[in-house]
Amino acid sequence: MSGVLEFLKGCVRQVLAGGKGYKAWVAFLLVTIAIGGIAYAQQIRYGLIATNMRDQVSWAFYVGNFTFLVGVAAAAVLLVIPAYVYQWKPLKEVVVLGELLAISALIMCLLFILVDMGRPDRFLHIMPLFGTPNWPRSLLTWDALVLNGYLAVNLILVSYLLFKTYRGEHYDKRIFLPLVLLSIPVSISTHTVTAFLYNGMAARPYWNASILAPRFIASAFCSGPAVMIILFQVLRKTNELPIKDEAIWKIAELMAYAMFLNLFLLGAELFKEYYSATEHLLYTQYLWTGIGEHRTLVPWAWFSLFSSIVAFVLFLIPATRRNFFTLNLGCLLIWAGCYIEKGMGLIIPGMTPDTLGEIYEYKPSATEWGIAAGVFGIGFLIFTLLVKIAVPILVGTFRAPERTGASAPATGAGLATH
Amino acid sequence: MSARKGLNVLQGAGVDPLGDGPADASRRAFMRTAAAGAAVSALAGCGVDLGEFLRGHFKELSKDDLAKVLAKVEKRNKERFGRDTKVTAEGPRPGVEFGYGLDISRCVGCRRCVYACVKENNQSPEQPQIHLIRVLEMDKEQGVDLAHSELYYDADAVPRPGKFYFPVQCQQCRNPPCVKTCPTQATWKERDGIVVIDYDWCIGCRCCMSACPYGARHFNWGDPKLPAEELNPNQHYLGNRPRPKGVVEKCTFCIQRTRNGRYPACVEICPVGARKFGNLLDPESEIRKVMETKRVFVFKEELATHPQFYYFYAT
Repeated sequence: MSGVLEFLKGCVRQVLAGGKGYKAWVAFLLVTIAIGGIAYAQQIRYGLIATNMRDQVSWAFYVGNFTFLVGVAAAAVLLVIPAYVYQWKPLKEVVVLGELLAISALIMCLLFILVDMGRPDRFLHIMPLFGTPNWPRSLLTWDALVLNGYLAVNLILVSYLLFKTYRGEHYDKRIFLPLVLLSIPVSISTHTVTAFLYNGMAARPYWNASILAPRFIASAFCSGPAVMIILFQVLRKTNELPIKDEAIWKIAELMAYAMFLNLFLLGAELFKEYYSATEHLLYTQYLWTGIGEHRTLVPWAWFSLFSSIVAFVLFLIPATRRNFFTLNLGCLLIWAGCYIEKGMGLIIPGMTPDTLGEIYEYKPSATEWGIAAGVFGIGFLIFTLLVKIAVPILVGTFRAPERTGASAPATGAGLATH
Repeated sequence: MSARKGLNVLQGAGVDPLGDGPADASRRAFMRTAAAGAAVSALAGCGVDLGEFLRGHFKELSKDDLAKVLAKVEKRNKERFGRDTKVTAEGPRPGVEFGYGLDISRCVGCRRCVYACVKENNQSPEQPQIHLIRVLEMDKEQGVDLAHSELYYDADAVPRPGKFYFPVQCQQCRNPPCVKTCPTQATWKERDGIVVIDYDWCIGCRCCMSACPYGARHFNWGDPKLPAEELNPNQHYLGNRPRPKGVVEKCTFCIQRTRNGRYPACVEICPVGARKFGNLLDPESEIRKVMETKRVFVFKEELATHPQFYYFYAT
């Protein structure tokens, strides 16, 4: 096991070394984490009254961020499916990075749930053996199960692959392939179960629509890859990671299909609500047109729709998909569109008006912004450090000592050979 | 399964008819003991109460353990309010299933029930204020229509012309969505129909609040500020004992009163007799008389929650 110790020491060295830009970025993330820490200390002291959530809107910003990030995590599968199932080589080089993103997003998800809990000190009550999980009836117990399961699968996959490559060895297909194949349904299930968490609540007509889970999956396949496309370009410039243009364009093309599906499902939902115009229309109205003077979400909703449509067009047309300016613009728009749609645009209208018809207009408090910044800071820091370790392994500059000097396996390190 | 004896002693013989009690108690007890060693060092420094941290589920507590838990609540009350209190965990009586009737044609919207409830159930009177009963003012022209209801009506005299009043509290559903969604089994339906919460088991995730179609569940967003002189010393573990911050609470039909044969505080205070209460299994009870002679309906019947709370128009 001395090899593992050596590997860990090497990882620490990788993480500590870096240029000015890298150090400034890490310092910035540490500042956001400190802000989050201070805000969370406040919240622990005064209780969740430090947020702007109240009985009427009892889930809000934290749960919205959680939902969005489950989508980001689930999207790693968009890279995994073509890379491993269809053996599409240009993607295989980069699939590890998708899994690293999934790991970071899942950690953020779990943190957002933690900061939303009134009594985080009682977390054992939901654990099997220690507590009394209401499984299989409660969807939250299912969610805890699949999120942690997906996290475990990704951690095992990535650490196995990276360690093997670091040792200059090839991975064992009998271990690796079943795990990759397992990660596909588990990834889909994380987002499906999260959708069911809302979907199953008959008390909230806005969520109680069968179209919710398919919409979750469709938008997840847009938001997660948008991060990847930008990251790939950064890594190409700074680390000589051999990511081909065609891999990026392929991802963008897949995103265009996903966004089409997402917009189509949104249209189907809007038609049903507005044409039948039952008492349930109220929630959809609150999001798109407001109810009376209550219009907090309206500009955000339209901005989200505008972003998604423009991004769809940019990704659909091959010329704009291959132009890196319009491609990156599209990524930013998709990110913004999905963040609003799957975050506040999903949670807040679900609870406004509340079950007795009262309208409480929710806006996050400074504490909520601070804590959210801290959670994103932790997630991005984990992602940055993981990428900092993974990329040198993939390009062959970080190898076990006895292997230094030995030539790295072909393009994309151990990944390309099957 | 010996750990469940406590439940049987407490609630009379028989198996839990709902069948949703925690299973596998002895293995969990073992795991807790095994974890205790590691947890002691880790948590003692954080100021977490270890006894509470490693305690079992309410339904698993033995008679002795339950006595200890109740004594601890009394001790906590003494520390917090400087007063002696009596905390019981009186179980449901055999042959009793509570039902509630609300006469919409009588209710005048005076909200005396709201404040009698606050007083009886040891709720924080303000900052933050929690009301387990909420009275909606509705337009006679609209009928029962939540989109046209007003919760914060401010009237010099009630009832106001053209208005009628629709009080809402926990409907004690036979098919409670809140119980289904709770990830830790911190809330359950007792055999006499009351849906209860163990405030020491709730993790504050608020799934139940999203699931409740009646807005009947309320969260302690901040520390409840109950003045010591307003403390009701007669308390039930699953009812009106003072709540900590960060947990959910709800109407329990005044479990501390009704299990001793008394009326809930809201029934007792109502000046117009709009509130009826009794045993659904007793053909002579007030609630059964209402159901025989009037036509009752339940709120949001399309959600199939099957409330034990009925509305009716007596005149």
